Amino acid sequence: MNEQQMILRMEGISKSFPGVQALHNVDFDVQEGEVLGLVGENGAGKSTLMKILSGAYRKDTGRIFLNGQETEIESPHHAQQLGIAIIYQEFNLTPNQTAAANVFIAREPRRLQLGRFISFVDRRRMEREAQEHLDRVGARVPATALVRDLSVAEQQMVEVAKALAVDARVIIMDEPTSALGEDEVEKLFQIIATLKQQGIAVVFITHRLEEVFRVADRVMVLRDGRRVGCMPIAEVTPERVIHLMVGRELRDMFSKEEAQIGPPLLEVRGLTRRGVVEDVSFTLRRGEILGFAGLVGAGRTETARLLFGADPRDAGEIYVDGKPVKINSPMDAVMAGIGLVPEDRGNQGLVLSLPVLQNIVLPTLDRHTGVWVWMDRRRLRATAREYVDKLDIRTPHLEQKAMFLSGGNQQKTVVAKWLASQPRVLIMDEPTRGIDVGAKAEVHALMSRLAQAGVGIIMISSELPEILGMSDRILVMAEGKVAAILDREEATQESIMAYASGEEIGNTVVDAALA
Amino acid sequence: MTEAAQSRGKLQFRWGQFRELNVLVAFLLFCLFFYWRRPDTFIKPANLAVIMRFIATFGMLAIGEVLVIITGGIDLSVGSMIAFTGVTTAWLILKGVGNLLPPIGMVPAILIALALGALVGIWHGLFVTKLGIPPFIITLGTWLIARGLAAYITRGYPQVFDSGHPFLVLGQGDVGGIPISFLILLGVAAVISIILNHTPLGYRIYAVGGNIEAARLSGVNVDQVRIFCYAISGFLAALTGVILASRLGQGTPTVGAAYELWGIAAAVIGGTSLMGGEGTVLGAILGSGIVGVMQNGMVLTNVSSYLQDVILGIVLVVAVVYDTLRRSGQKLLFWKK
Repeated sequence: MNEQQMILRMEGISKSFPGVQALHNVDFDVQEGEVLGLVGENGAGKSTLMKILSGAYRKDTGRIFLNGQETEIESPHHAQQLGIAIIYQEFNLTPNQTAAANVFIAREPRRLQLGRFISFVDRRRMEREAQEHLDRVGARVPATALVRDLSVAEQQMVEVAKALAVDARVIIMDEPTSALGEDEVEKLFQIIATLKQQGIAVVFITHRLEEVFRVADRVMVLRDGRRVGCMPIAEVTPERVIHLMVGRELRDMFSKEEAQIGPPLLEVRGLTRRGVVEDVSFTLRRGEILGFAGLVGAGRTETARLLFGADPRDAGEIYVDGKPVKINSPMDAVMAGIGLVPEDRGNQGLVLSLPVLQNIVLPTLDRHTGVWVWMDRRRLRATAREYVDKLDIRTPHLEQKAMFLSGGNQQKTVVAKWLASQPRVLIMDEPTRGIDVGAKAEVHALMSRLAQAGVGIIMISSELPEILGMSDRILVMAEGKVAAILDREEATQESIMAYASGEEIGNTVVDAALA
Repeated sequence: MTEAAQSRGKLQFRWGQFRELNVLVAFLLFCLFFYWRRPDTFIKPANLAVIMRFIATFGMLAIGEVLVIITGGIDLSVGSMIAFTGVTTAWLILKGVGNLLPPIGMVPAILIALALGALVGIWHGLFVTKLGIPPFIITLGTWLIARGLAAYITRGYPQVFDSGHPFLVLGQGDVGGIPISFLILLGVAAVISIILNHTPLGYRIYAVGGNIEAARLSGVNVDQVRIFCYAISGFLAALTGVILASRLGQGTPTVGAAYELWGIAAAVIGGTSLMGGEGTVLGAILGSGIVGVMQNGMVLTNVSSYLQDVILGIVLVVAVVYDTLRRSGQKLLFWKK
């Protein structure tokens, strides 16, 4: 430990925003070649701390030392010069430019400098050097590829290459795995290992504890803006970390309560969208939670969107209560009693610029009219209030714009919107992605209650423990097709992963995994 | 939270929500200023009627633009549609259509013109929603087509009504000193305001403007909502066209040039965000009120007509800068976050 050089240390960092003390006197340090897991519930101050480190915010008090020297980080640009790079959840890439142009954005190699203002980009050199950086992270991405043509995982690699190109000594990754499938997460972990070997310090912010235990050397826990613990990973257990994060023991991460499973409610036959989803058939029963497992890109979200009428389908029939229904638009789906909690809350689930009230009543406006088409505002408010209370959505008032709610409360608002429409089938796409442990448990409890009330739930999740913990049956998708439908008793992480990894692995592997 | 704190929170919130307060205050300040400069003429009934007629024209267009802009679109066709529908109305009343149709009565002619406006709006809406054509482009097309058709129908000559023709009442008449066109504007404003604030359609219009994908995935018929907004914009352009033809006593193919831009400017001064999702009828009327009072006041105070445009341009820029700062959360006069 002593031979390692301390590259970055922060002492007594405090930061307040109007009405909130975001950080209280927080100490932080990270060493060369170390992976530090930074965990905490939403609002614990992780992002604030990292934004101070990357120059996006100014600290109120405290000191920052870089290689033993006290430093003020003045701006994101300055942080970059100091060798601190941050990769946000939402990438900072220009989709219509090449990977190379993104790696060298604003620092393109020049040739033929004509005076102070005129010069030309040396594209060959830029592409060659960008390729070197991409290769260094083990990305099989051509530097000449347009970013918009790359997968999410590949875009992330471009971000890492970008950090390497500025000689970053500290790379902060904010929820890097939240948009990745299981296999892509593996690749990311390999990249992190490579960075580590090259002596780069990696700060890894995540909601997924098992990932911290896989890659981190140390874990630091923040709660309510205070550092509540920091220890080598070998000396803690996940339970201990959760305890520190929430300040209480979570008895059971997945509070599934058994529900009476009734007759078939929704039947899907041969749902197809060429090149994306092929011949997907399944049945959902009343009170059942059907988990959709699979790798990212396996067609789970796409299947949900077809079922909901959000995308046009090439073939397939949908039956509700044994009767065929025509679903050609989300409007038809809502009429048929189907709700969709989409994976991307901000872009698909909520109108962020509108109040909580109007978001909740959006699918059910027609049911809230009084005389003629005049909205009955009292009833609107009563409905919104009812679901805000039922789901314990923390908002100062119903007129609060959705953009000012925390991630967990936004998610609950999306769920409230659909509960208000009293759906018979609720599709939930990554219902707990990016929300904190407490809110997660609430969403799970809510799913159990809905199932008990006879709602059929389709839950798409990339977290296998969630799939295993919550589902009655598990539909595994691979390459746009149904690879298997497993009963809860026969499903294990291994069997699901084996089916999800697709045909080329073959049945022998599946059998081996099941054995 | 205590009862008192709760009610206090509510009160503050209401003031915060009254976003047109800035615009209203600016409007009143401009009125006061010109009253101070020209106390003799500014509030003369005749001058007020001039201002009201101005507001009737541009307020109507601004309301149409507000609807379209809330949904994230724009309608550049309205100036040309004014000419086209004005000419059509005059033509139908005075000449009919060749051998096919003899001259027809005022009321059917007006109704045909209004229907034409709404249909062109629906046409725009269909291109925007079903084909994904940018609203800027499709309405720019109509901007040329409608102007050209107006000139073609009349061969460039204005269609003049005899003085005393009953059609002229619409644009020239008044009730107790208040121009009929202004009363029509108030009626239109009331109806659109009710639609926006009190009907499911209005809630959906704001939802579509705020996040069209989320609205669609909530079961909102987003195409219908957008087509409705374009239809209303077209309808209001036609209504303005009819009223202007009546005021001028003729259907002229050159009338209404650049009026679409004045309508957009009034909407923006009134607090409508070109990013979509925000805008109100009251804002549109107050915005056109500011433009109307300023133009009138500058004439009364003998500001050079060249400088008038310069000053109006500055007002527009200041209004937008102010609104942008407000949106980014700066504490400014009269508005708290």
